[in-house]
Amino acid sequence: MPSLKDLKNRIGSVKNTRKITKAMQMVAAAKLRRAQEAAEAARPYAERMHSVMAGLASSVQGRDNAPRLLSGTGSDKVQLLVVMTAERGLCGGFNANIAKLARQTADKLLAEGKEVKILTVGKKGRDALRREYGQYFIGHVDLSDVKRLSYDDAQKIARDLIGRFDKGEFDVATIFFSIFESVIAQRPTAKQIIPASYEPEEGEETPSVNYDYEPSETQILEDLLPRGVATQIFTALLENGASEQGARMSAMDSATRNAGDMIDKLTIEYNRTRQAAITKELIEIISGAEAL
Amino acid sequence: MADTMQFDLVAPERKLASEEAAVEVMVPGADGDLTVMPGHAPMLTTLRPGKLTMVTRSETQSYAVTGGFAEITPEGITVLAERSLPAEEFTKEVHDRLIEEARRVHDEAHPSVADMTAKLLADMEALGSHMLS
Repeated sequence: MPSLKDLKNRIGSVKNTRKITKAMQMVAAAKLRRAQEAAEAARPYAERMHSVMAGLASSVQGRDNAPRLLSGTGSDKVQLLVVMTAERGLCGGFNANIAKLARQTADKLLAEGKEVKILTVGKKGRDALRREYGQYFIGHVDLSDVKRLSYDDAQKIARDLIGRFDKGEFDVATIFFSIFESVIAQRPTAKQIIPASYEPEEGEETPSVNYDYEPSETQILEDLLPRGVATQIFTALLENGASEQGARMSAMDSATRNAGDMIDKLTIEYNRTRQAAITKELIEIISGAEAL
Repeated sequence: MADTMQFDLVAPERKLASEEAAVEVMVPGADGDLTVMPGHAPMLTTLRPGKLTMVTRSETQSYAVTGGFAEITPEGITVLAERSLPAEEFTKEVHDRLIEEARRVHDEAHPSVADMTAKLLADMEALGSHMLS
């Protein structure tokens, strides 16, 4: 049976924890709003990019001289997994879910006899995968100093990827990130970005307009494809940012609630113990008086 | 035929302009400047760094763009700019930074693309004289 003082200390410490988790929840809520706005602002560009690329890609598809970023190397032997996670923890299952999806994919590919390479973006994913897949790591992108995600960050990653692709380091690149559906639902997703696959959105017909191209169709495509990769990475990073804050917000919300429940329980126990002590003292006094 | 068209200017991080009643848009195309008016033939062009001007009946608005591409249809024009700023926000400091960046890229560039980066640098420098005068 813990003493009264122990209980009091316990309640105090849980109260402090609750204050912290509450504060973290509020910070996450504010950051979530900003992240959502950023994702929202980036959407028109990504959508336009997608529709233009889809139109272009379908007209070039199947041609012999199609750029390799679009048609691929003709092999899928070496697979690059780009695992994008958060730099920080305490956000529920967010990082774990992405890592889990990446792990499943890696295991599947390895079982098929493919070669796997892993590039991590964000510290948490690297930590989660290092033990089992450390030997496949080929690089890491550190975004911990980045306060506000910019297109330049995405472009750097895209350049790195394309550089490696041109050197023949891999055949297929897939990014792993989390799509933000709502504050309580984030969906871990894998998306192949190299070779680029631009499927028209469901229900949306890509109008096959005959464009004039300036300079030339191939040149435009060569110019656009790296941009498409960067845009997709940028979108993924933004989705990830919003997902992270959403996940942290709901994790901290339930942590705050749990702390509240715990305080209630401890308070009841504290009161009981205090009562018991008082009763015991009374009994002692009364039985002492009776003995006289 | 309509005498106005839709004009959209979007950058990866934000949407800069959406104007329903543009009369003409001057775009710095990779192969030379071009002016787009309603009913223009469908066309895709890449952009070089330069000044983009949009004219409506009542106003004229300029933007600096550093590259990207434009999709032109008879009904309108969509510019997907790499980076873009309204003319008012384009200051000497911004310009100096862009030039510095272009110069760095040029200095580090592989000889095979040196011509391209040199053109980029020249375009960046020219951008200043268009925008800041």
